[in-house]
Amino acid sequence: MKLAGVAVVGTIMFAVGLVWSPSGNTAAQKLVLTGASTIAPLAGEIARRFESRHPGTRIDVQTGGSSRGINDVRNGTADIGMVSRDLKPEEKGLHAYAIALDGVGIIVHASNPVVMLHRRQLIDIYTGKIANWKEVGGVNSPITVVNKAEGRSTLELFLSYLNLKNSQIKPHVVIGDNAQGIKTVVGNRNAIGYVSIGAAAYEAEHGTPIKLLPLDGVAATVANVRSGTFPLSRPLNLVTRVFPEGLARKFIEFARSPEAHDLVEAQYFVPISIR
Amino acid sequence: MIWSKRNILFPSASVDTLILWLLRIASGIAAGMVLLILFFLLAESLPLLREVSAVRFVTDSSWQPSEGAYNLAPMLSGTLYAAGGALFLATPLGIASALFVAYYAPPPAAGVYRRLIELLAGIPSVVYGFWALTTLVPLINELHPPGASLLAGILVLTLMILPTVALTAHAALLAVPDEYLRGAAALGMSRWSIIRGVVLPAARMGVTAGVILAAGRAIGETMAVLMVTGNVVQHASTVYDPIRTLAANIALEMPYALGDHRAALFVSGLVLMLLVVALWSAAARIGRN
Amino acid sequence: MPSSNGWHDRLAEWSVYAVALLISAVFLWIFGDLARGGIEHLSWSFLLDPPQNAGRGGGIGSILVSTILVLLIALVVALPLGWAAAVMLAEYVSSGSRFGYTVRNSLQILAAVPSIVFGLFGNAFFSIYLGLGFSILSGGLTLACMLLPILVSTAEAGLRALPDTYRSLAVALGMSRAATVFHVLLPAAAPALVAGLLLGIGRAMAETAALLFTSGYVDRMPGSLLDSGRTLAVHILDLSMNIPGGDVAAHASALVLIVVLLLINLLAMEMATGWQRGKIVTE
Repeated sequence: MKLAGVAVVGTIMFAVGLVWSPSGNTAAQKLVLTGASTIAPLAGEIARRFESRHPGTRIDVQTGGSSRGINDVRNGTADIGMVSRDLKPEEKGLHAYAIALDGVGIIVHASNPVVMLHRRQLIDIYTGKIANWKEVGGVNSPITVVNKAEGRSTLELFLSYLNLKNSQIKPHVVIGDNAQGIKTVVGNRNAIGYVSIGAAAYEAEHGTPIKLLPLDGVAATVANVRSGTFPLSRPLNLVTRVFPEGLARKFIEFARSPEAHDLVEAQYFVPISIR
Repeated sequence: MIWSKRNILFPSASVDTLILWLLRIASGIAAGMVLLILFFLLAESLPLLREVSAVRFVTDSSWQPSEGAYNLAPMLSGTLYAAGGALFLATPLGIASALFVAYYAPPPAAGVYRRLIELLAGIPSVVYGFWALTTLVPLINELHPPGASLLAGILVLTLMILPTVALTAHAALLAVPDEYLRGAAALGMSRWSIIRGVVLPAARMGVTAGVILAAGRAIGETMAVLMVTGNVVQHASTVYDPIRTLAANIALEMPYALGDHRAALFVSGLVLMLLVVALWSAAARIGRN
Repeated sequence: MPSSNGWHDRLAEWSVYAVALLISAVFLWIFGDLARGGIEHLSWSFLLDPPQNAGRGGGIGSILVSTILVLLIALVVALPLGWAAAVMLAEYVSSGSRFGYTVRNSLQILAAVPSIVFGLFGNAFFSIYLGLGFSILSGGLTLACMLLPILVSTAEAGLRALPDTYRSLAVALGMSRAATVFHVLLPAAAPALVAGLLLGIGRAMAETAALLFTSGYVDRMPGSLLDSGRTLAVHILDLSMNIPGGDVAAHASALVLIVVLLLINLLAMEMATGWQRGKIVTE
């Protein structure tokens, strides 16, 4: 009979769960955000603070990629999309609101003697024409090229900066998200990769042995992203299909307001001041 | 003799038929699940399969879904190399572990070691991947760059499927009738001769079943492999080359994929599924002989 | 022959011991690394607090709740189905029957389906087709599909291992078939059932690939089963792959996961023996 008991208890729990859930949903005003994994941790933090200021609201943040954010907003799966780049021409019908700025920086291991690379050298390294660090003034060892997986906006930004197609790149390691790239470079003295400056600056400041290389002679720092001199920078956007109303509008305004600036800075991004 | 504390007679035969029907329905649902999964994989890949002939999944120049190239062959070879290598290492290690627990270790050590293997089985693949990315990959990099490689994938997979091989092999060893052992011992055979000549042949079926189960797991393992194999789409020529497996391909690109790209990933899933079915029919054939 | 046998014997013994030593060493290496990286971060507040600062600070309270909810749904759905199918296969279906053959074979295939494929299926079927979205319910149901074959095969093996005297005695006592199953066979097979349950829980708690696209990423306390909830394994993945500076928290979370698995293991073994003793006395 114990078995039957377990089954009964289970069924009851299940039923309670089903009844309980719709009521839980109607009580709360809910907003769903999907998109770029670079923005997701920040959006999650902003959501937490927003919820505590506005009891009865729920902001759900799902990770993915920028293109997923665009897609979900278009088909209505999400209320707000997170897109870590400028909108493309074919996406101009959407409404984008930048909540922060971020740069994409080239990273190498801290022990690597190379202090800077020209754009030409970078192209040759990523297309496999330069295969050894000694050709760009480093030690005599083969270069490990770290590339991002297809669909990442970091990849798109990097490719358009170098005027390359993804099929031209000859990678040795393909990574998914930022921290995997940093771990790969930490574990390999001869690796070169590119990640969000926010992520890299955070790690470098906490003693991780990586260093950011300057691009076109401009140091890859949060300050240079802020001043707009760093060539590889991008807005972190919240995107909606129609002009935002109600809760979505409130949330976007909150995310852009000074109330969220410390959260943006805690993730090593640059807050946007509303002019 | 069996005693039960409670009333053991169910009231009527109608309860019996009712229960039988419930059981039939439950089994039907369980059996239908495979078809449902196949159906949804097919339905999601169909938009692409209609436009692109199946041959192109092995003849295209490369895997660049955004540029309309869908070659899955390098990932198929990557999957098979990684799973094959891991099986090659894990099978002897797993069987040796089972022998250790069943025949060699003193009882307390056997208990501890078995628990350890069970715990090894319970470690999530993310944790293996995380550990290997920060420890194993840098070590291999010292040996031969870039470190993230087929070899790293094989080693991590070996760790992950070893418990499956060891635990099923141990169960198979325990199922060998005691009379066999006593008979062999009475003939004056040494421990190793008994194991090689009597125990292993008797337990062969169970051990093989375990190895096939492990093969399935190795083919489908995703997260740990994704973290350590480098994910470059290419046919590996040495174990130090980076590779990408089918499962890693799905996990790596799925969160970002739309339209045809997403459909291409469902095709990857379909190929994985076919691989598993092929493995299973091979196993069934071995079982019949 | 005897001399070469003795030499073989010693070689075999050494290799077996060497393998055991090697595997224990690797295990200690992994566990040591995790413990060293995470033990200082562990505390009661780590277990109870919600994550702060994208998981770098705070704890894993809400994540544990999501994990348990996903697990409960998976078990509530999969246990009755799985054990019923096992009883059917072991007790009601003759070995040559077409129905039994089909069910058993499709379950064997299901057992080999990679978890990432379950993830694809769960995303397409539960999240999108049934409209459950990213939710604990989608994740739990996807896991339930994944656990079915484990539960069926372990329970079936347990039932088949019971001596036929149990069945013939029950018939002799005039027990109906259902009564035999519920009062004699299932209790007697309890250790096997619990072992299967354990295996299932272990696999479910460790699962990432199937949950990434179904139960999602939200790290807050779930308000209902239709909310998205991040499980512990997904949390570890995010901390180690996407959050700069998340390593310490990732280590600590991994430690928690492993310790919980160990505890479940021990507890359930105790329960299995206790349950059996309470129900049946064999002499």
